[in-house]
Amino acid sequence: MSDDKDVLRDVWFGRIPTCFTLYQDEITEREAEPYYLLLPRVSYLTLVTDKVKKHFQKVMRQEDVSEIWFEYEGTPLKWHYPIGLLFDLLASSSTLPWNITVHFKSFPEKDLLHCPSKDAIEAHFMSCMKEADALKHKSQVINEMQKKDHKQLWMGLQNDRFDQFWAINRKLMEYPPEENGFRYIPFRIYQTTTERPFIQKLFRPVAADGQLHTLGDLLREVCPSAITPEDGEKKNQVMIHGIEPMLETPLQWLSEHLSYPDNFLHISVVPQPTD
Amino acid sequence: MPTSVLWAVDLFGRVYTLSTAGQYWELCKDAQMEFKRVSAATRCCWGIACDNQVYLYVCASDVPIRCREEAYENQRWNPMGGFCEKLLPSDRWPWSDVSGLQHRPLDGVALPSPHWEWESDWYVDENFGGEPTEKGGWTYAIDFPATYTRDSKWNSCVRRRKWIRYRRYKTRDSWAKIPSKDDPKELPDPFNDLSVGGWEITEEPVGRLSVWAVSLQGKVWYREDVSHPNPEGSSWSLMETPREVAQISCGPHDLVWATLWEGQALVREGINRNNPKGSSWSIVEPPGSENGIMQVSVGISVVWAVTKDHKVWFRRGVNSHNPCGTSWIEMVGEMIMVNVGLNDQVWGIGNEDRTVYFRQGVTPSELSGKTWKAIVMSRESDRSYSGSSSSLLSAGCFFGDEVRGSGTESAPSDTDASSEVERRCPEQLLPEESLDNSQNPKGSSSPDPGTGRTSECTMENTCLAEGKGKASEASCLDERSGHTSTPVELPWTNIDLKEPKKVPSNSAAGLPGTTGLSSLGFFPLGMEEPYGADDHPLWAWVSGGGCAVEAGSMLKWFTVQSGLSPSVQMLSLSITPAQTATWRKQIFQQLTERTKRELENFRHYEQAVEQSVWVKTGTLQWWCDWKPHKWVDVRVALEQFTGHDGARDSILFIYYVVHEEKKYLHVFLNEVTVLVPVLNEAKHSFALYTPERTRQRWPVRLAATTEQDMNDWLALLSLSCCESRKVHGRPSPQAIWSVTCKGDIFVSEPSPDLEAREHLLPCDQMFWRQMGGHLRIIEANSRGVVWGIGYDHTAWVYTGGYGGGCFQGLSSSTSNIYPQSDVKSVYIYENQRWNPVTGYTSRGLPTDRYMWSDATGLQECTKASTKPPSLQWAWVSDWYVDFSVPGGTDQEGWQYASDFPASYHGYKTMKDFVRRRCWARKCKLVTSGPWLEVAPIALSDVSIIPESLDTEGREHSIALWAVSDKGDVLCRLGISELNPAGSSWLHVGTDQPFTSVSIGACYQVWAVAKDGSAFYRGSVSPSQPAGDCWYHIPSPPKQKLRQVSVGQTSVYALDENGNLWYRAGITPSYPQGSSWEHVSNNVRRVSVGPLDQVWVIANKVQGSHSLSRGTVCRRTGVQPREPKGQGWDYGIGGGWDHISVRANATMALRNMSWEQEAHGPGPVCC
Repeated sequence: MSDDKDVLRDVWFGRIPTCFTLYQDEITEREAEPYYLLLPRVSYLTLVTDKVKKHFQKVMRQEDVSEIWFEYEGTPLKWHYPIGLLFDLLASSSTLPWNITVHFKSFPEKDLLHCPSKDAIEAHFMSCMKEADALKHKSQVINEMQKKDHKQLWMGLQNDRFDQFWAINRKLMEYPPEENGFRYIPFRIYQTTTERPFIQKLFRPVAADGQLHTLGDLLREVCPSAITPEDGEKKNQVMIHGIEPMLETPLQWLSEHLSYPDNFLHISVVPQPTD
Repeated sequence: MPTSVLWAVDLFGRVYTLSTAGQYWELCKDAQMEFKRVSAATRCCWGIACDNQVYLYVCASDVPIRCREEAYENQRWNPMGGFCEKLLPSDRWPWSDVSGLQHRPLDGVALPSPHWEWESDWYVDENFGGEPTEKGGWTYAIDFPATYTRDSKWNSCVRRRKWIRYRRYKTRDSWAKIPSKDDPKELPDPFNDLSVGGWEITEEPVGRLSVWAVSLQGKVWYREDVSHPNPEGSSWSLMETPREVAQISCGPHDLVWATLWEGQALVREGINRNNPKGSSWSIVEPPGSENGIMQVSVGISVVWAVTKDHKVWFRRGVNSHNPCGTSWIEMVGEMIMVNVGLNDQVWGIGNEDRTVYFRQGVTPSELSGKTWKAIVMSRESDRSYSGSSSSLLSAGCFFGDEVRGSGTESAPSDTDASSEVERRCPEQLLPEESLDNSQNPKGSSSPDPGTGRTSECTMENTCLAEGKGKASEASCLDERSGHTSTPVELPWTNIDLKEPKKVPSNSAAGLPGTTGLSSLGFFPLGMEEPYGADDHPLWAWVSGGGCAVEAGSMLKWFTVQSGLSPSVQMLSLSITPAQTATWRKQIFQQLTERTKRELENFRHYEQAVEQSVWVKTGTLQWWCDWKPHKWVDVRVALEQFTGHDGARDSILFIYYVVHEEKKYLHVFLNEVTVLVPVLNEAKHSFALYTPERTRQRWPVRLAATTEQDMNDWLALLSLSCCESRKVHGRPSPQAIWSVTCKGDIFVSEPSPDLEAREHLLPCDQMFWRQMGGHLRIIEANSRGVVWGIGYDHTAWVYTGGYGGGCFQGLSSSTSNIYPQSDVKSVYIYENQRWNPVTGYTSRGLPTDRYMWSDATGLQECTKASTKPPSLQWAWVSDWYVDFSVPGGTDQEGWQYASDFPASYHGYKTMKDFVRRRCWARKCKLVTSGPWLEVAPIALSDVSIIPESLDTEGREHSIALWAVSDKGDVLCRLGISELNPAGSSWLHVGTDQPFTSVSIGACYQVWAVAKDGSAFYRGSVSPSQPAGDCWYHIPSPPKQKLRQVSVGQTSVYALDENGNLWYRAGITPSYPQGSSWEHVSNNVRRVSVGPLDQVWVIANKVQGSHSLSRGTVCRRTGVQPREPKGQGWDYGIGGGWDHISVRANATMALRNMSWEQEAHGPGPVCC
């Protein structure tokens, strides 16, 4: 029988085959070939696209290059969302590879945050981690860690080192034995159909009567529209890491196994493909 | 933690038990009688029934309570007829006891009570000092009382032989009446209260109990000779008391308190090992003069009391030296009684609601606890009642209940189960509401509505209305299905149940001697309604003397559980629902599909992140094993890199400075064979071995400043080693298991050429990885069944997980890791020398050993300076004198000798100038690992049948034999791959305690008895798992055997002096063999495997740099025609204590012909 540890591995080593093409209006000295890459689902676009940047800069003049940004079918891609989330939310029903357009001009200031350096990603990542631990353990675990542990978490993500990352991250996934789970589950629910960037509320893993809350319980509480009514047709997909966990799945288990490295469950609610 | 039970009596006198893992109160199995008192111990419960007689309930166990009766047949030789029964007039009886003074004909030996039965008929004991007499058991002497010899000599004028017969206690799981103390000449004085305790007064394993009782006339009685082998005791003795006693309580250790009718407490003083009855009473005044003490309950070092106004009091400052304590502290809550159980945990019954409360937060440092918490579990019967009264109970629903209750958790899926629960809940509530409605009018018309407890008023009214109340005692009302007192505002003494009136036929079901299932049939809807008060159980008495609740452990008694939250799952080796749940399967399946979809056709794409070298650095201490021979601070770096083939490898660099010179040494982790934690009093260190360092007996030793730091490094290095060798997950069923003298568990995957005939793998190249947990003995079988025994003799079964202990996170499996604890004793010796002036004193000669020392006398060990063996261990007891040392002791535990070091004896003679006594102190370790306890029988040895890898015979259950810590031989039934813990023990009778057992591949069971001789068990087979009889096999001359191990055909035994013996001459027709042949000395432990391979733990092995004690060695050159082998191959060492190769049936393919050769014309065909 498979061990739950295998889920962590599968989640970590999730890859999205991606085809990067340069935006047609960018000025190039010669034709820019598309660039193919396997992107780690759990990482961030600007963290893993050094090669892409280099590839396209080769065909461009230095003065035409400013901050790189990415776009898929007209939507600018937020670098501070994990790649897997962006894919699930925007492109899960499209065919692979994922076609991303690369821009070097007209940075969409109102849609995207600037990403001046890797430090910005690190700062964002660590603040997410801290927020998640505030929800899970009143920040006790993350605060007890040493600076080098924090660094190891970040380096683990940056270098795609599963062991390095999980050697520390496991401490963030523990909870006191007398409890049945974390204090609150760090989660965010994203929908393409609403203006709101995401839903995030306080939600406990265990009900007052001791029953474990499930994914279904969470959705019923905070995002009822995502749930298919009993007699209705299924209109939405609820996705995490490209899969649709059953609504009966205990939320605590999901949080321990299907969270992104930032310790959040990023849940995408996307319309059911019609075909 | 094994489950244990809380005993309680409800207002109707029905006895219930609540398991620590249970979800509801279970009616006592033998519920023929109503009780007013119970007092429980771990294995039994004493009670006073409504006939005011004392009853004893002995819990059934797989090992029977068994007693040996002996008689001697004595004969004298005369010239006419040789040896005959005609003795001289001055001689002893022809049939006598061992002393010859008592006449003891075989048919005159009677069972002590109707609760015993004979196990078999009388038979002659053939065993004489470890050797068979072979002459009908006769032993010879010149004359009676004299030394007997095995052989008849020219001057042997008398002979005798011993006859043996065993009796068993048969009344188990039911109440046995204990004969009354009443002298026919006196008026009967029925019992009023009773308390059991005292099992910790001695450390001896006889299971002695103190049973104290109080009669209605206020006299105190003590039951003599109650012990595990004699559960009923022998007689009642009257204990003098200054005044009339109302109630008594006896703690597990030396506390005994009683209450007087006037409200003071009596405290028994002078209780000790030699005088469990104590010597005198002293009086303790109640907390206030107007409200005297009504009831008292004592533990090991606590006293709780309830005064007549129902206030609860805690006595401060109570301990062995001051059993009276110092002062009373008032506690919150009003109770009618309190009871102190094991570990000083406390239960009480609320005054208002008659609910059983548990005192939460009682710990050794905070004995008074924190809060009262109500136990809300309903009774087993309630569950079925409510089901039946709602008339909606379907078989399916009931089945659902049973599954949860028994914890087998085989519900098909979470979805189904939880929805079923949701459906049931409203139905369960319904009848309750309707009952309340029906009661309200009655309640309001009751003469005493002020109590606000309608249900009980109703009960009273019903009884009065029916005119069945007997005015024998004003407070006592008969009730159709039992008896109750008026529950409010009456002193406890009136919770007095009268002789049960024969119940009317229509309420025969009121004697609920049936399980929930059958009671369904008895209770039609209409009848139950008037007794709706039953819905909320009302309790009269509770006893936690058999209920082991560890401080701080989780109990499930306080919330009504429903559904399948993980915390509800009982610890069980069966697969947990979370693992089989559909959602989980779906996630695994979807992830696999996702990987296929997103990666399959795109593998040629470039990876966004290139793998790189990763370095972990840190500071540790390193043992510099040359000058200056000390721990030096070092910087260490672990470099991990990924090769082109994706394989991971690592190098550990240790940078050190010695003599101001910067140097480093490095270790390739793929060469490391084992990482061993070496914990001692002060240092967190570990040793790292490679094959070369194993040969040198010279490991790299590193130490960390904190335990956490060491565990992090150990886990990381271990993970890296496993990765570079591609070893992960659960060990294979063929794995070789070993244990170090620190209790650490190691496992090694056998390669096919480990047991090859040629080019075999040297055993110093075996890679060992650590497994969480703490064990003393481990035994495995090739079908993946692994059992272990802890230092405290607890039996453990392997769960199939890996990791635990310091291996957390990635190096540990998510499930199948459970908490594990172990207890061992630390011993020190108090030494004294005699001088003519002052007698024995702690002033020795200048040449003497330390007056407080270890066993050898070389190390000074005082009570204050002696620490637990390592920082993992914590003291859990105080120092106490150990009386169970070999050689015996006097009453104060002293052993005498002429001088140090010499042989000690337990009595003083003229020539004895020194004496010593052994002090022991228990310490406990808490860890975790893939182990589950196999309760309740403690073991000292275990053996699992070795099996070859073919599938033949796999339909049989797996044979496992064990020896209990008391020396009983046991055979486990129902073991399979799916149920490695098996189901129950089958007791195999022996004439003496055993120490070791081993079962071979062809069901040859060999065992070693305490006298050092061996026994072969005949006719053991899958259909007759316990065999039929023992054949006595003498030990090698002048040696006492200690351990035996049986492989495919080979039988090896080990004696007390470290000699290894091979049993020669074994054939299929004569499986006992003919003689012992010496193989080697210097052996500590032997394990013979299914290929007849022989592995041992050698005492001392010299390496090129140093010596190692406790080394794994393999016998080389073992062949079918040379089963004794030729030499030794030396493996890992330095503190190894135990090895089991009995699961390894893996052979290199080219040796298959060899195996056939072995089995064809070999000595034994299976």
